[in-house]
Amino acid sequence: MSGFLLRRVLGAVVTLFAISVIVYVVFYVTPGNVAQITCGPRCSPAQVQQVAEQLHLNDPLYARYWDFLQGLVAGQDYSTGTSVQHCSAPCLGLSYQSDQQVTALILAKLPVSLSLVFGAMVLWLILGVGTGVLSAWRRGRLTERLLTGVTLAGVATPVFVIGLVLMIVVCGQLQLLPFPQYVAFSDDPEQWAWNLLLPWLSLALIEAAAFARLTRAAMLETLAEDHIRTFRAYGVGERSVIGRHALRGALAPVIALNANNFGGAVGGAVLTETLFGLPGIGQELVHAVNVVDLPVVVGMVLVIGFFVVVANAVADVLYAVADRRVVLA
Amino acid sequence: MPAPGASGARQFWRRLRTQRAALVAAVVVALLVLVALAAPLLTAIEGQDPTTYHPSLVDSARGGVPIGSFGGVSAEHWLGVEPQTGRDLFARLVYGARVSLGVALAATVVQIAIGVVVGVAAALGSRWVDQVLSRFTDVIVAMPLMIMALALLAIVPSSFPRPVLVALVIGLIAWGNIAKIVRAQTLTLKGLDYVAAARLSGWGTWRIARRELLPGIAAPVITYAALLVPSNITVEAALSFLGVGVKPPTPSWGQMLTAADVWYQAAPQYLLLPAGALFVTVLALTVLGDGVRTALDPRAASRLRIGTGRKREAKA
Repeated sequence: MSGFLLRRVLGAVVTLFAISVIVYVVFYVTPGNVAQITCGPRCSPAQVQQVAEQLHLNDPLYARYWDFLQGLVAGQDYSTGTSVQHCSAPCLGLSYQSDQQVTALILAKLPVSLSLVFGAMVLWLILGVGTGVLSAWRRGRLTERLLTGVTLAGVATPVFVIGLVLMIVVCGQLQLLPFPQYVAFSDDPEQWAWNLLLPWLSLALIEAAAFARLTRAAMLETLAEDHIRTFRAYGVGERSVIGRHALRGALAPVIALNANNFGGAVGGAVLTETLFGLPGIGQELVHAVNVVDLPVVVGMVLVIGFFVVVANAVADVLYAVADRRVVLA
Repeated sequence: MPAPGASGARQFWRRLRTQRAALVAAVVVALLVLVALAAPLLTAIEGQDPTTYHPSLVDSARGGVPIGSFGGVSAEHWLGVEPQTGRDLFARLVYGARVSLGVALAATVVQIAIGVVVGVAAALGSRWVDQVLSRFTDVIVAMPLMIMALALLAIVPSSFPRPVLVALVIGLIAWGNIAKIVRAQTLTLKGLDYVAAARLSGWGTWRIARRELLPGIAAPVITYAALLVPSNITVEAALSFLGVGVKPPTPSWGQMLTAADVWYQAAPQYLLLPAGALFVTVLALTVLGDGVRTALDPRAASRLRIGTGRKREAKA
């Protein structure tokens, strides 16, 4: 087990390193005059040249990547014209636009995004697995047909369409909730939850639909297996057969799907944040992308990649715990 | 594995036909494709085009609300006009179908092309080649599509034709799962007798790959690709919604929704039409994709009523 964990962690580190290389190279090699955009449309060629100099845009790529890695591992000092700024250990560089440290920028926005994604995850697991169990249990009846239709519609609706409709109906027409505004959990947990309710729902509904379909299919497959027939023959109650034994068969695929969809859900979170005006990483990324603030973009993509890789590693371990047939190797 | 070739195709159609939902979905998809192809014809019949501004049709005093009932619906403008610009909504909607379907299909083709080449190469290449390609595929799979596409699209100069660019970016980022599927399937086929027989009769690797392996990997690839198309439509719509995908004046459903929330009271169809179009398209393609999978599944006969939820990537 510990050997497996070690290898998995090492693998994750290597993957992250490879992602950082690819992301760095792709973003800094792509054509586009970064210095001109950063400096502004009215800059003279000399000023543009000066900006390029200051941002080290003329240095060779490998040298810049090496600097970037050094900053990431050991921290780095940046001169911002007049003063020297120290950027400590996991340093992702300075924003081209504001000279702010990217790490600090991301850390400031992270709680919003984490609140959104993990809250929604709780919701989509409960809703999705619950719906799946219910429709496997009620197979062939009206309940199942209704649920199948609803989940299919859920799978087919883009997250920003659900979000738009929810916002217009709930906040605009019915005025049940105010238009969401982020309140930090540490300030007021109750307001935090109320304001995140709609964003959570928008993000969770579409994911829940995918989980419902998967759970239902996996449970039906398990229910057809011999050991379930044996349980039933021994007189184990239907509730226990469904709730304990069949559900166990669905657990491993659900975990796998959760890891697999995590990256997609983060993408959905970007849309949700933009739609509801939540000041998270996604909104910041959209902003950074529009002003071609490359250090911020690269930093954010790496941080998001980090979470996706970690989610996958965690899923691998949980997978083995959920399904004892899986041998960790 | 259903046998490749003519009999396989016949069996596939027979199995697809027995599923009523998939059949309905196929008809809807065919209609949508027809609308997309006939967009110039349809708008010519209406007598409008998607890019002309009609400032006289919006009330500039009230912030650009369309004049007339139901958002400016009239004999000239069948579905009304866009707020502020007065562009014809029907024309933008049908031209939007071209963008949505075209970008999604093109992206899927790129994904399949890269995925099949990488997957087959990994399975047939030396141990070293396999290691490098498989690790690279793992890294690609770990990159979140929406995030990468969002970031990449913004830094490429806008002189490049946007729809082509969006399709390329989606295709270049999200081919990892196809490569994995193809590699696994090729490894399985490689161990089978008929491939060994071909090798023993002196066929080269290339000829074996083309003649013996490609037909065998077609089924899983088609199955996966059928579900990629709707997911790509969603991704394109999401990117255009965020303002980095297809840019104006080219119409796209996602882009039409960007400003729709402001106008939902004055011109509800400005929100409902693109949202509904997206919903119907993605739903039909998903149901069709499910049907295709069931029809290609060797165990389909016993499970025709069970839809297994295969993972869909990059939902937006």
